[in-house]
Amino acid sequence: MAMLAELTHRCPLSCPYCSNPLDMVQRQGELTTAEWARVFQEAAAIGVLQLHLSGGEPASRPDLVELVAAARAAGLYTNLITSGIGLTPARLEALDRAGLDHIQLSLQGTTPEVADFVGGYKGGFARKMQTAAEIARLGFPLTINAVMHRHNLGDLPATIALAAELGARRIEVACVQFQGWALKNRAGLQPTRDQVDVAKRVVAEARRTYAGTLAIDFVPPDYFADFPKACMNGWGTTGLNIAPDGKVLPCHAAEIIPGLVFQNVRGASLAEIWQGPAFSAYRGTDWLPEPCQSCDRREIDYGGCRCQAMALTGDPRATDPVCRLSPFRARIDEMIALETSAPPPAFIYRKLAPGAV
Amino acid sequence: MTGAAVTASDRPCLPRGVRLHYDAVRETPVLLGPEIALMLDPIGKAVLDEVDGARDIAAISEDLARRYDAPRDMIEADVIEFLQGLAVRRLVDLS
Ligand code: SF4
Ligand code: SF4
Repeated sequence: MAMLAELTHRCPLSCPYCSNPLDMVQRQGELTTAEWARVFQEAAAIGVLQLHLSGGEPASRPDLVELVAAARAAGLYTNLITSGIGLTPARLEALDRAGLDHIQLSLQGTTPEVADFVGGYKGGFARKMQTAAEIARLGFPLTINAVMHRHNLGDLPATIALAAELGARRIEVACVQFQGWALKNRAGLQPTRDQVDVAKRVVAEARRTYAGTLAIDFVPPDYFADFPKACMNGWGTTGLNIAPDGKVLPCHAAEIIPGLVFQNVRGASLAEIWQGPAFSAYRGTDWLPEPCQSCDRREIDYGGCRCQAMALTGDPRATDPVCRLSPFRARIDEMIALETSAPPPAFIYRKLAPGAV
Repeated sequence: MTGAAVTASDRPCLPRGVRLHYDAVRETPVLLGPEIALMLDPIGKAVLDEVDGARDIAAISEDLARRYDAPRDMIEADVIEFLQGLAVRRLVDLS
């Protein structure tokens, strides 16, 4: 079981594909160090083995080192998902001493021009490269996360080469998933069918070139697939998400589903929440509608993503509209055709509410 | 080194970022690495307990054969097969 802890929604970058919700938690609302430490203990007690410390930018939390130490004390395998901004050499050394197991560093692009345009933060790429060098010097195992979309899919070979150069053991090439801010920017991010086909070939070739040095995971864009992905490997089966304010979500985008009641770690234990209404809502396959109920893929994809069904059909119980068997599939194909035949509109950059810190 | 065949003179070690853990909830030892948690059976656990980065597979197999009073060749073949599987996934490094 794995838990994603969104320590904060604060982030110096403002990527237009950020998976955070549009309505973000402000600093005053964040869980305290002691509260997170208790949550880590409760997570271990219900069987969580892997902890992903994410955000926003987790390094925006001044207590990050203490949080890592608390996670290790709880017995969790601790992975830091970061843009690298705010991780000074001294802080990285402290994280090393605190027992941080692994780092996942995001790449917005392979050149300062593209990366700083996408991240909306001038000088960000240069600082990220300094952090990457420091990560290598300290010997942290490293995975590079690259979110790919219309503006950077052409740079895929360079992206993979950069990951190898930075000493990563693994790169996760994830085509943008349309949740959170990415959904708002869909027309600007939507790749063309050609780009997706080329990307698949590039990945296949790179897997041969880098065999034994760099593992390449590829998440294809589901709008171009015939069947949906199993969201969270099945709702309420192996994963949970904690928002910065302690709200516990079965999936990071689940807040867009109306009617679901999300409990908070401030009011209940994780063990109770795991059995509570939000996690039970779409667990298993009994609730599935047709055509899923009589489909033999139902134990494979559980009808796909609830948040995608909500966003595109208005009904969170519907078959994921990505599926070829969904009556809404034609809408997605029209959408792709429309969005990729026009020049991409300007990005709407992610930002906290005005006046936020 | 992932493609080449593993031999008895290879020295296995757990790379940084991979470690043994006892899962108290499921009451089983697990090998934890990035994005992976591998449940171990008692034999897997016994082998990985011997992996110290210093001794080669032959020495490890010798010790296990003595401890479990089993034929050394058989143990060695099992150890090689097990470690090869982990090496392909970079959960064990061999030198
Ligand atoms: S996706 Fe970009 S904006 Fe969102 S948390 Fe990550 S680095 Fe920050
Ligand atoms: S009909 Fe439902 S279960 Fe079958 S492939 Fe489509 S989404 Fe999956």
